[in-house]
Amino acid sequence: MSTAIDTPAATTEEVTAQGKAKAKRGETLTGWAFAAPFAVLFVLFLVIPALYGLYLSFTGETLTGAGSGLVGFSNYADALRDPDMWKSLGNTVWFTALSTIPLIVLSLALALLVNLGLPGRWLWRLSFFLPYLLASTVVVMFWSWMYNPKLGLINGVLEQFGAGPVAWLQDPKVAMFSVVITTLWWTIGFNFLLYLAALQNIPEQQFEAAALDGAGKWRQLFSIVIPQLAPTTALLVTLQILASLKVFDQIYMLTNGGPAGTTRSIVQYIYESGFTGYRFGYSSAISYLFFALIVLVSLAQYKLINRRSAA
Amino acid sequence: MSTYTLSRGISRGMKQTHKPGENPWSVSRMAALLVLAVLAVTWLVPFAWAVLTSLKSEADAGASQITLNPPDGLSFEAYRKVLSAGDIPSWAWNSLITSVAITFITVATSALAGYAFSRVNFKGKRLLYAAIIAAIIIPPQLLIVPLFRQMLAFNLVDTYWGIILPQAFAPAMVLILKRFFDQIPVELEDAARVDGAGRLRVFWSVVLPLSRPILAAVAIFVFIGAWNNFLWPFIVTTDAHLMTLPVGLQTVKSAYGLQYAQNMASAILAALPLVLVFLFFQRQIIKGIATTGFGGQ
Repeated sequence: MSTAIDTPAATTEEVTAQGKAKAKRGETLTGWAFAAPFAVLFVLFLVIPALYGLYLSFTGETLTGAGSGLVGFSNYADALRDPDMWKSLGNTVWFTALSTIPLIVLSLALALLVNLGLPGRWLWRLSFFLPYLLASTVVVMFWSWMYNPKLGLINGVLEQFGAGPVAWLQDPKVAMFSVVITTLWWTIGFNFLLYLAALQNIPEQQFEAAALDGAGKWRQLFSIVIPQLAPTTALLVTLQILASLKVFDQIYMLTNGGPAGTTRSIVQYIYESGFTGYRFGYSSAISYLFFALIVLVSLAQYKLINRRSAA
Repeated sequence: MSTYTLSRGISRGMKQTHKPGENPWSVSRMAALLVLAVLAVTWLVPFAWAVLTSLKSEADAGASQITLNPPDGLSFEAYRKVLSAGDIPSWAWNSLITSVAITFITVATSALAGYAFSRVNFKGKRLLYAAIIAAIIIPPQLLIVPLFRQMLAFNLVDTYWGIILPQAFAPAMVLILKRFFDQIPVELEDAARVDGAGRLRVFWSVVLPLSRPILAAVAIFVFIGAWNNFLWPFIVTTDAHLMTLPVGLQTVKSAYGLQYAQNMASAILAALPLVLVFLFFQRQIIKGIATTGFGGQ
């Protein structure tokens, strides 16, 4: 193309080609001018830290810089032998399993109830959605108070019924369930709202046709509503699993991972190895192991959803 | 019948699943109403209990019985103490400044980049697009260590910019806006371009005005996320004067120790701004979350 530009005796065709090349360069310039502000932030605060983290995971980097330098895969090998890492990972998976199912089933039930068109709709919507707007710190302050062993409302009510006090956050057998209840209360509004929006998109005619065929309400629920919501459900399950795997805030502040590490999540372990243990290399290696898990989960879900929509 | 029209009026335009001929007072509907009421009350209890506690005296709040009617009566004493002695006003200010900046930069950069992806054929477009899609899967939580060291190197630890910059872009929002711009007919822009308007001019005076609702939705979503974000501001601030509300409150939680009324008053004060915003803009927020909630999916 450049030779054509330099040739003085250019034919008409070549002139148009020149014009096109120029326009193309102009487009590239314009495109990058528009994308640049985003691209700069994206590279500086996502691409570079991601690559830097990968590099760190192969070093013995600590706060003092002692023992730095490349150490190969030894951080990864250490992590895979670290019982605390496995325990945190197990807690995270357990939390994900415990929280995802009620967060999907209960949010669907709430959306179906609210969608019945009962009076006071805005009040129901407000009640279930409001907690989602709260910062994790506020949620934790509310619930630490609810769960307070001596002064908390829950134990106070239990006492009225003669039930013994429960150490909601201190009993290793109970703490994880308490964390899940708080999470359910806090985040269900998001799923609820998306289900409600999806319910309102189901065409009215389908219900009319079903009613003509003599299908009752329950029948309609299982043969029309739930199948129609399948894409929403698939997406919510995906989002929910990924969100739950990353849990940190509410656990860190409610129990600080205790009692005896029974609620410590993998993100908390990454945080602790990095910022209280100052083992930057090690912390980065666990981050990348965990990232590999997230990629695997995402791929598995992608496959599952695609197979279902293909069928 | 009257409740039907009433509820229909409240929810303006939202579809009702029961038909006009149906009895709105049927037993099954009453049962559903009861279940809904019980659940809604359950959901509101933690709020109500926190509000009640915040209005009690410290002595009553720390008393071991549940009292709805405390001996010392109810007052705003705890709020007064928290507001006059604590750092809450300055934390709220920090939260406001950083969240507004994050929202503004994110919306601006996402709209510009989304427009480039939708309309301009530039070299490297596909590579950048692929990178953005890949990035959506990376949880920001995993980058805290390298990002913190980077901020140390940039001298941005304990600064507003240190809080703002790593949160001021959102790959998912770029995709949402690109998809929205894709639906705007190109002819609208062509007309302006024939008149000699440049790309930026077309973007500003043709595309942006058509995109107001989605831009508002993105802005609301980003603002809520920024206002409530805990982990990153927690990591990048150590100076109490620079903390955002969620981070600052976390320190109060331990400092106040047994002062339950003041503890709850702080929590309520921190919750109030977003709750008020929600009450005023309920419809827009709900619509915004419904349209942007799925992120890049």
